[in-house]
Amino acid sequence: MLLLLLGIIVLHVAVLVLLFVATIVSQWIVGNGHATDLWQNCSTSSSGNVHHCFSSSANEWLQSVQATMILSVIFSVLSLFLFFCQLFTLTKGGRFYITGIFQILAGLCVMSAAAIYTVRHPEWHLNSDYSYGFAYILAWVAFPLALLSGVVYVILRKRE
Amino acid sequence: MAPGAPSSSPSPILAVLLFSSLVLSPAQAIVVYTDREVHGAVGSRVTLHCSFWSSEWVSDDISFTWRYQPEGGRDAISIFHYAKGQPYIDEVGTFKERIQWVGDPRWKDGSIVIHNLDYSDNGTFTCDVKNPPDIVGKTSQVTLYVFEKVPTRYGVVLGAVIGGVLGVVLLALLLFYLVRYCWLRRQAALQRRLSAMEKGKLHKTGKDTKRGRQTPVLYAMLDHTRSAKTASEKKAKGLGESRKDKK
Repeated sequence: MLLLLLGIIVLHVAVLVLLFVATIVSQWIVGNGHATDLWQNCSTSSSGNVHHCFSSSANEWLQSVQATMILSVIFSVLSLFLFFCQLFTLTKGGRFYITGIFQILAGLCVMSAAAIYTVRHPEWHLNSDYSYGFAYILAWVAFPLALLSGVVYVILRKRE
Repeated sequence: MAPGAPSSSPSPILAVLLFSSLVLSPAQAIVVYTDREVHGAVGSRVTLHCSFWSSEWVSDDISFTWRYQPEGGRDAISIFHYAKGQPYIDEVGTFKERIQWVGDPRWKDGSIVIHNLDYSDNGTFTCDVKNPPDIVGKTSQVTLYVFEKVPTRYGVVLGAVIGGVLGVVLLALLLFYLVRYCWLRRQAALQRRLSAMEKGKLHKTGKDTKRGRQTPVLYAMLDHTRSAKTASEKKAKGLGESRKDKK
């Protein structure tokens, strides 16, 4: 029983860490010597460690991606907090509905952020020589994990 | 304060007043305030605000002058002048019939409105105010940017999405809890009424036929709630027993 609880908490914290890293690190698209989005557009010169960082574009679609990533982090943190609340206050046999719903919402937010970004990034990123960075991949990985975590919460029943 | 020396008290105040007038009078100047940047869309109108602070009262000889320096140009041309209560608008230059005076000297406002913007209006506008005898002062400049479509400030969409989604989620939660609370209260009231009716039925031995017609529905519900209660009790007991067995 304790093992199950520990496993669930580890999964939730892993999703939270993935969401934080994907939101904060500005490496959704990398190219030859430059890494952009969500917040900064940094380029390093080929010779050394000279960084030039500018703010990312003020495009409305980029703003919505930023907003939904922030929302997913908020929902995941709220879900963790509510999980601990419900652990001590829920009646025997009850289900962690609120926790699960918030975690599922977080997963949906990440998915919409990543989808919007994938479709709309050519609007402000005109460089044709690029590849997706690790923060972008983490965002996509966080989506099924968050969904799984939320579903587990909804199915789980409180025992003691 | 000694009562026998009344002449000594006014002199420090006088000294302070003299000192302040000597120190503060060179700072007598006129200060003009405008926006730093103004954005406008092509074809629309834009208001260039100009306000000022003067150490003198607003006189009748107050004058406002607006000058325009085109983007990349070197000369500034005068496009508007207001003096002795009469505005004089440019009637021959590029701003012909496009400037409107909306200021009021009594409210220290020297604003003008430019109608029907065009890309050639990009540049720097200077507001100059002279309020005799207060004529020494700094002018202030405002840069006009003309866009095809005025861009929204950064953060509007961000804030709107976050605020909107959080608001909707909060509202949904509140609604859900409200509905659940009302439903639970109704359930409790119904159960109380049913238990009261049951007690009443035991005392009265089947006299009233009207009540008899009504009771089947309520008894059906009572049976349902009773069976549900026993089922949940069995379930809870079962889980508890299984836990005991495990331990």
